[in-house]
Order: sequence, then C-alpha cells, then structure tokens
Amino acid sequence: MSEIAVIPVARRRAKYRPVTEDPPLARYALIATAVLFLALFLLAPLAIVFVEALSKGVESFLAAFRDPDALAAIRLTLLVAALAVPANLVFGLAASWSIAKFSFPGKSVLITLIDLPFSVSPVVAGLVYVLVFSGQGLFGPWLAEHGVRIIFAVPGIVLATIFVTFPFVARELIPLMQEQGKVEEEAALTLGASGFKTFLTVTLPNIKWGLLYGVLLCNARAMGEFGAVSVVSGHIRGLTNTIPLQVEILYNEYNNVAAFALAVLLAGLALITLGFKTFLEWRHADELSGRARRH
Amino acid sequence: MTSPSFVGKNARRFTAPSVIPGFGLTFGYTLVYLGLIVLFPLATLIWWSSELGLSGLYAIASEPRVAAALRTTFFISFAAAVVDLFFGLIVAWTLTRYDFPGRRLLDAFVDLPFALPTAVAGISLAALYSPNGWFGAPLADFDIKIAFTRWGILVALIFIGLPFVVRTVQPIISELEVELEEASATLGARRMQTVIHVMLPPLTPALLTGFALAFARSIGEYGSVIFIAGNIAYVSEIAPLLIVEKLEQYDVAGATGVATIMLAVSFAALLLINLIQAWSRRRFGHV
Repeated sequence: MSEIAVIPVARRRAKYRPVTEDPPLARYALIATAVLFLALFLLAPLAIVFVEALSKGVESFLAAFRDPDALAAIRLTLLVAALAVPANLVFGLAASWSIAKFSFPGKSVLITLIDLPFSVSPVVAGLVYVLVFSGQGLFGPWLAEHGVRIIFAVPGIVLATIFVTFPFVARELIPLMQEQGKVEEEAALTLGASGFKTFLTVTLPNIKWGLLYGVLLCNARAMGEFGAVSVVSGHIRGLTNTIPLQVEILYNEYNNVAAFALAVLLAGLALITLGFKTFLEWRHADELSGRARRH
Repeated sequence: MTSPSFVGKNARRFTAPSVIPGFGLTFGYTLVYLGLIVLFPLATLIWWSSELGLSGLYAIASEPRVAAALRTTFFISFAAAVVDLFFGLIVAWTLTRYDFPGRRLLDAFVDLPFALPTAVAGISLAALYSPNGWFGAPLADFDIKIAFTRWGILVALIFIGLPFVVRTVQPIISELEVELEEASATLGARRMQTVIHVMLPPLTPALLTGFALAFARSIGEYGSVIFIAGNIAYVSEIAPLLIVEKLEQYDVAGATGVATIMLAVSFAALLLINLIQAWSRRRFGHV
C-alpha cells in the first residue's frame, strides 16, 4: 500500500507547491534579506568586539586584565550584581506569590507598576536617585550631616542597578505562577504541610526553570547596565567604575585594545546568557511562562 | 472561616479567604519594595518638575539646544522603529515560516541587543562604522559617513529596537491558521492576495505593539548611541545625553525638565501599547 500510495504523492510534491507555501523566488529573497540584515546589524557588531580585542595579539589582550583599575571594575561589577540580583529575586518571589495565589482588587495596576522601570530611560532612572540622594536632593542635607555618601558611591550604583533590573524576575514568575494556579499548594496545605514547606517542596520545583530564566536575564542586565549607573557613579577610577564604565573611559582614551578586551567579558556574558536562554526555551519551554518575551 | 457570617466577612475583606498563607507578608513586602525602589524616586522627579511648573517645562523644552535634542531623539527613534518594523517582519516571517540551515542559531541571536550591554554595542558599532572600520571604510569611498553623524544614531537605534518587533510578531505568525490560507487559496486568491488580505491583518496589532515598544525603548536609549553619534550640539545630540550634560553642569532643574518630557512620551507610548492590545483582544481575540 505504502509504495503505491507514496510514489504519486512524492511526484505531485515535485510538480505542485502547496497553496500555503510562498513561491521559491520570494522565499529565497526573504531568507537572503533576513540573513543579510541580521549578519550586518547583529553578528558584525558582536564579531568586531573579539576582532578588535585581539587586534594587537593575545599578549596585549591579556595585559588589559592586569590593570588594577580594570580588576577593580570587575570586582565592583560582581559586587553590584551579587547585591542587586538577590534583592530582585526575593522581590520577584514575594510579588508573584501574592499576585498569583490570591485575588485582590487593583491587581492589574500593581502588575503595570512592577513593569514601570522598563519604560523609564536608564538615564532618567539614574537621575531620580540623584534627585533623592545627591547634595541638592531630598535627603542630601541629612545624608551629608551623617557622612553617608550614596551618589558617586557604591550604594547609588547598587540602587540604580536594582531599579533597572527590578521587573526581570517578577515578570517571568507572575504569569508562570498564574498559569499553574494554586491547587497543588492547597492540597499540600490541607494535608498538613506548613506554608514554608509547601513553598519549598511544591511551588519551587514548579517554577525553578522560570526562576532561573528570570535570574539569568536580571544578572545580564545588572552586570551590563551603563546609562543609569553612569549618572550616579561619578566615574572615580578604581572606586566607582563598573566594567561598562571602565570600557567607556578606556575607549575615550583611544585605548581600543583594553576597551574591547573588557568588552569581551561582557560580550561573553551576553553569549552565555543567550545560550542558557535558548537552552531553557528549547528544553523546558513548558515550564516557562508562555508570554511573549520583550526584554 | 466556616462560620455563618462567612459571606458578610468576606465582603469586607481585601482578599478572598484562602488556605494559602503569606498574603500579608508577601503583599506588604511587594508594596513596600515597589514604593521605595520605584515609586518614591519617580514621585520625587514629578515633585521636582511640578516646582518647575508647565511654564518652566516649556521654557526648558524651548531652549534651542534642548529642542534640537528632543527633535533628534523623537524623529530618529521613529525612523528606526519604521526600519525595524519592516525588517523585523521579514526576519520574524523567515525565522517562523521557513526552514534553512542556521535558522535556530539566527533565531537565538535575535535577542542579542537585549543581552549585549549597551556600552559594548556602542563601541562596536562605532568601530564598525568609523571611517576606517569594516563598513565605514567602503562607505567612505562613496562619500557616505555614518559614524559621528545622525545616521550613526539611526544605526544604533535600529540595532536596539529590532528584537522588540521580531519577538512580538513571531508568536502571532506561528499561530496563524493554515486553514484560512487554504480557504483563501481555494477561493481563488493568488498567494500575494492571501498574504496581504488574510495573513497580514491579524499581525497588525502585534506589529504596532512591536513598533511602539521599539520606539519607546529608542527614546530612552543612551549607551549604544553616544559612542557612534559624535554628540554634536544641535545636530547629533540626543535627549538622554543632554540630561547627563546638564547634571554635570549642576543644572538639576534643566535635567529634570528634559527627563519629565521624555518620561511623559514613554508613558504615552506605554498607554498606546495597552490600547492597541485592548483593541486587538476585541478584534482578533489575541494580544
């Protein structure tokens, strides 16, 4: 049966194109346009980071990482991410628990407010903290009296980073936990588990891939944030420069190799993030929220 | 919970009774954290700009240099979003409907502008398009300058905005119903007619949303632009850079004024996106 039936179908395929397929010429033209556009606008900027960093050889590439200011920038970036990511992780868990497991009025307003930092320019995000904490700002006089520096110091950088990465974990977890509902938690609780135990043994395993996904994106943005951090940092070498700010300074001094060498670190982080993201979407797509990803 | 007055109690409660614990703690923490990190600082900005008043804001916006920067920002952001709309649709269509070697890899790379720190994008675009760069050198032979002109801003904003269009449109393309295409074809439509009259209309809300997202992001973009723009006052200076410059000159009021205008436009774009999505839900039953 199969031999008799298959041959005419195959022959028909060769002759006729299904009505839902575009003509080959249009198809090839569109593929060529898309590939060329992506190559010129996405792949070339990525490739040149590595090419420029290695343009004077491996030795001068590695020399960039022996500069104490560069090392200080790397340490500060790690410190900022280590503070900002857990802060937004805890917030993301609290926000998604209260929004997904309970019903209360004004929920959609709350969700919109949580997404707010994504619609604020990074520079404006930095500016609002200047308005609150700088010498001319709201708490400026009080802070100066008590000898606390927030703007042009590490706390300001951490706060600005928390602001720009604020929604990442929450916006991944809220739709995911809403999809999952609360039946499993209710079952665990009525069977006598404590609230915390329910969270650890029922909720957490359900959301672990979505949580990892959100943390990954949050971390990438925290380590790479430029605009907001640039406004509050004051650009003090060795003290308040994160990697992106150090890249800017080196680039403006025409120290291309060193600037791109540090940029390689960030580009590598971006590639790892994209790799993990693609892996999670491919392997655990059903355990991530189905919402369109826009950030 | 099971007392006879259950219904009456419930009516007065903020949240419906539930066996799940922790509402007070998590909801309270959410509100406090949101208030301290996001709402209070933004409110401070609005308070500062209310001190300026509408006339003060107008005076700042009509300073020639500020007006030029705002025009540059809005006009080029719009142009970049148009380019992203066109190529984003082609990229989304190609990645969703066709199969070709390297498709999955390209699909993953569409998110690069989200993942690559803006400063890195900025210096690499500047290096590519500078007069002795990979693209800058051949273009210079034709007397075309990209880096350190307004075209440089356009290139950077196209880079930043692309994933917004692609990622918004892609899921809708993959959900298009094949039956409708078949019906259209059996009713005698040519392929082009089917594409234009049957397949593109349901994509319109997603395209508009992607466009608005790309536009809103472009207005605030700073890191990827300033390296390639050349930052010539009145020509290639963007509004966010002006905020930074005003802050460096201790002109906090001026910086606040520019920021308020930008914030108002971003919120208008956000509102527009929500309206598009509400309209889309009514018209097409999806976002």
